[in-house]
Amino acid sequence: MNITAGIDVGSTYTKAVILGADGELAARAMVNTGFRLAEAAADAFHRALAQCGLAGRDIAYVASTGFGRYQVPFRDVQVTDITAQARGARYFFPATRTVLDVGGQTMKASRLDERGKVYSFRVNDKCAAGTGAFLEKTARYMGYGVEHIGPLTSTSTNPVTISSVCAVFAESEVINHLSEGQTPADIMHGAIVSLADRGLQLMKRVKMEPEFTLLGGILRFTTMADVIRDRLKQAANVPPGDFAQYTAAIGAAILARQRLEKLRASEAAET
Amino acid sequence: MAYAAGVDVGSTQTKAVIVDEKGAIAGRALIDTGANVVAAAEKAFLLALETNAITDEQVGYVVGTGYGRFRVTFGNSQVTEISCHARGALKMFPATQTVLDMGGQDTKAIRVTPSGEVVDFCMNDKCAAGTGRFLEAAAYVLGIPLEELGPTALRAEKPVPITTTCTVFAESEVLSWLGRGKKIEDILMGVHRSIAQRSIALLRRVGIVEQITFTGGVTRNAGIVRVLGEMLGTELNVSEDSHYTGALGAALFALDQIAASWRPAAQREPGP
Repeated sequence: MNITAGIDVGSTYTKAVILGADGELAARAMVNTGFRLAEAAADAFHRALAQCGLAGRDIAYVASTGFGRYQVPFRDVQVTDITAQARGARYFFPATRTVLDVGGQTMKASRLDERGKVYSFRVNDKCAAGTGAFLEKTARYMGYGVEHIGPLTSTSTNPVTISSVCAVFAESEVINHLSEGQTPADIMHGAIVSLADRGLQLMKRVKMEPEFTLLGGILRFTTMADVIRDRLKQAANVPPGDFAQYTAAIGAAILARQRLEKLRASEAAET
Repeated sequence: MAYAAGVDVGSTQTKAVIVDEKGAIAGRALIDTGANVVAAAEKAFLLALETNAITDEQVGYVVGTGYGRFRVTFGNSQVTEISCHARGALKMFPATQTVLDMGGQDTKAIRVTPSGEVVDFCMNDKCAAGTGRFLEAAAYVLGIPLEELGPTALRAEKPVPITTTCTVFAESEVLSWLGRGKKIEDILMGVHRSIAQRSIALLRRVGIVEQITFTGGVTRNAGIVRVLGEMLGTELNVSEDSHYTGALGAALFALDQIAASWRPAAQREPGP
């Protein structure tokens, strides 16, 4: 059996994907990461298994990725998120040459060669103002949760300029805007524009070229991708529905499958 | 008796200092700035007057400083907080050559000559890491009052390293150390070391020359004072009035104005 799994232990969510015997997407599941990474990984894995009616012993190879990839005790191999995301992006958009991955606590831009191999990347994991946490904080300062970000911005007509300098100091900026009568929708929209600009800076630093593929949970809401397309004056791919959140896990499962095939081939050669 | 006043409107707290003709502190007050900056400036000034029953009319000149200095509506002029902190630090500790000012939302390193001239300064007001806000965030997630931060950190036996820079990420780092069973004092010591390291980086950019005088609200945190002293290998000048350094400097600038307008009797227009 060639069934493989990819587990992406992110700072905010842990995602698990199962690739079936023919390499098809068989199941996917997501849980909050919390502080017990090994438990979150096992939880996501078992939820995905239950979805396709499989047991842990049916999985021939497990690859882990994300910041908590070493915290997955049942893994066979771990791969970096940069590599996994590149594979995941190519799974949906085979002509991808530049990837922007907006995570909860990191933002990464990478350049791929024509075969999909990563040859340059830049990461921001030092400053929350350039990551998804910036949007989460902005929402919270106005009394909203992460789940409100999408619905809120869809009603915005005119984004307010928000400086992207510091997610902590943004609090007083947000309060000022509210007291001046700006709407939460326009402020939230402004925060997304600010984050999109940080993403574009990162993409410029890897000398971006088309096709562009945008990944990460925040891309479930169309605003971020729209702002980036507008700034680039070009098309940018986003995986459909909630798949934008699963690309690293999918990439890991694909890499697991390739690794497995290689191992089987060398075993066959030996016998 | 003529007095001069300085009002330092900070992001978190507003300080007022009244000085007498010799530049000695005759009154002082400290209140939270809150949302109404104009009212806070006025209230701090009136409270400072009350400490020695000085009246409004006895104050000849008022200088405003701090981020809200233009909101000191009764002020005669404004001076930047860089100049005021340098001036106040030299008054308190005349051998000062380097000033570190840590406030609620910014941190400044200032180099001064013995005559009080500012030769260089460096400021962080773009990022909450390395400012008082970083400590405030740690206090919040650990659920302990600000004034207990320092004393708690000083009880640390095995300090935990805090490796993230950003205040937002440090909050989750603090929580994850708690989740792993580390003691609050050990985590807090890590937080204090982290903020001290960032302040020292700022100091290096202006050059560290002794004596170093520490000013601003964070001076009341004994943990930071100790950690900075250990890391710099020298004691920092701190006094009970360190929180008032900017306001004191402003009051001294105000006193200059009173002195400049005073002329000896011989030069005045003769009376009728």
